[in-house]
Amino acid sequence: MERSPPLHSVHEEHGARTTEFGGWTMPVRYGSTKQEHRAVREAVGKFDVSHMGRVRVRGDDAVELTDRLTTNDVSGLAVGEAHYSTVVDEDGYLIDDVLVYRMADDDCMFVPNAGNDGEMVDRWREHGDRWGLDASVENSTEDTGMVAVQGPDSLDAVSAVADDLGVDGLSSLDRFEWTCGYFADAGGVVSRTGYTGEEGFELVVDADDAETVWRELEAEPCGLGARDTLRLEMGFLLAGNEFDRGDNMRAPWEAGVGFVVDLSTDFVGRDALEAKEDDVDERLVGFVLEERGVPRHGYTIEVDGEKVGVVSSGTMSPSLDEPIGLGYVDVEHAEECAEIQVVVRDEPKRARVEEPPFV
Amino acid sequence: MNFEIPDELLYTTSHEWIDPDSGRVGITDYAQDELGDIVFVDLPGEGETVEAGEAFGVIESIKAVGDLYSPVDGEVEDVNADLEMQPEMVNTDPYGEGWMIQVEYEDVDGLLSAEEYEGEI
Repeated sequence: MERSPPLHSVHEEHGARTTEFGGWTMPVRYGSTKQEHRAVREAVGKFDVSHMGRVRVRGDDAVELTDRLTTNDVSGLAVGEAHYSTVVDEDGYLIDDVLVYRMADDDCMFVPNAGNDGEMVDRWREHGDRWGLDASVENSTEDTGMVAVQGPDSLDAVSAVADDLGVDGLSSLDRFEWTCGYFADAGGVVSRTGYTGEEGFELVVDADDAETVWRELEAEPCGLGARDTLRLEMGFLLAGNEFDRGDNMRAPWEAGVGFVVDLSTDFVGRDALEAKEDDVDERLVGFVLEERGVPRHGYTIEVDGEKVGVVSSGTMSPSLDEPIGLGYVDVEHAEECAEIQVVVRDEPKRARVEEPPFV
Repeated sequence: MNFEIPDELLYTTSHEWIDPDSGRVGITDYAQDELGDIVFVDLPGEGETVEAGEAFGVIESIKAVGDLYSPVDGEVEDVNADLEMQPEMVNTDPYGEGWMIQVEYEDVDGLLSAEEYEGEI
């Protein structure tokens, strides 16, 4: 059954067009994706991102459990900080990419991708039991809502709801720091994080408070369409596009997220990743199309008529008005400025490799 | 949502319109709204032939790719070259500046009136 966010009726009222994503019915756009995109780059936009999971891990071994199931170093994370990380399987392939918050010495929250919350909760519980660790794992996804407020004016917008949330000190938060207020049990967390490349905040609030907070945020409502074009301009990964568990299994090294793999920590998949580190055949690159056309997920990448890779994401960049994309190519064609061709409806179009961000 | 459906045009079930007087072809207000921001339109060259119900071009929005289907058999006598640089005109003025091709044709067959088209959407 499809899940819908606590803001479902507000989106209907705004006339949002919805799409199914990760088992959730979510707004894809309210009006024009380009306009929503521009609002975030130039002013401020708000996104309902309640489809992302919220998983809370509490207990004396909460940090150890999360450390052993994610690639980054959770024990090195101070209370009040969050970091980007990945979850890999025993062979070192990406299962998910997540944000991990250190809530307290014995308390973590992590945010898996849409639809992965149930599986991640099971994964954490099973491993906790297997390793005899003291940690309770709670799926808070449906008890909370999550709103991203992104753009150069995001601080002003979020400050207007700071009293409601019971938070202060927003302006002194550094990137990847968070603070929390009244609803600390279920949510009430405001972090200076995001998926757009702009200044911004992400708010986890009690499901019952989501509507009040949303309405008080003076920002352009933005859908998943703009969220996708914004992240693509930054070269951020989208689970399902840049990696999946079927035909596109990728190690963090290939996907360009090796910077969140800390081999000095012990985690599931660590040894496999250490072995793979120097054995990467394909790498994720950004590219700009130099002819008219729009690259799309699944299009072939060629060099002189020979297949060297595949497009994982592509769009017409609303900021640049140029077609951009991400794709996996053989490492010999992955260097900056390498000339490649993207096959658009049987026609190879000239493109050059360019390391994101594109803007 | 109220969509503009000019009475003087004829329509396809795939949401193209043709002006029977000029032979100009485009997509409907409903279609541009469904597609969202249009970023790319690929059209045939002048002198190419088109066939009723067959794809004559491709339209892409930020999220989607779609074929454009010709309402009639005929020959392309003019192409809206401005759409190459300003595909968004299909969104802003689907029946005016957002026209796509002008076709020299002999007959129309199986197309919908404005009233019939309204019943389709």
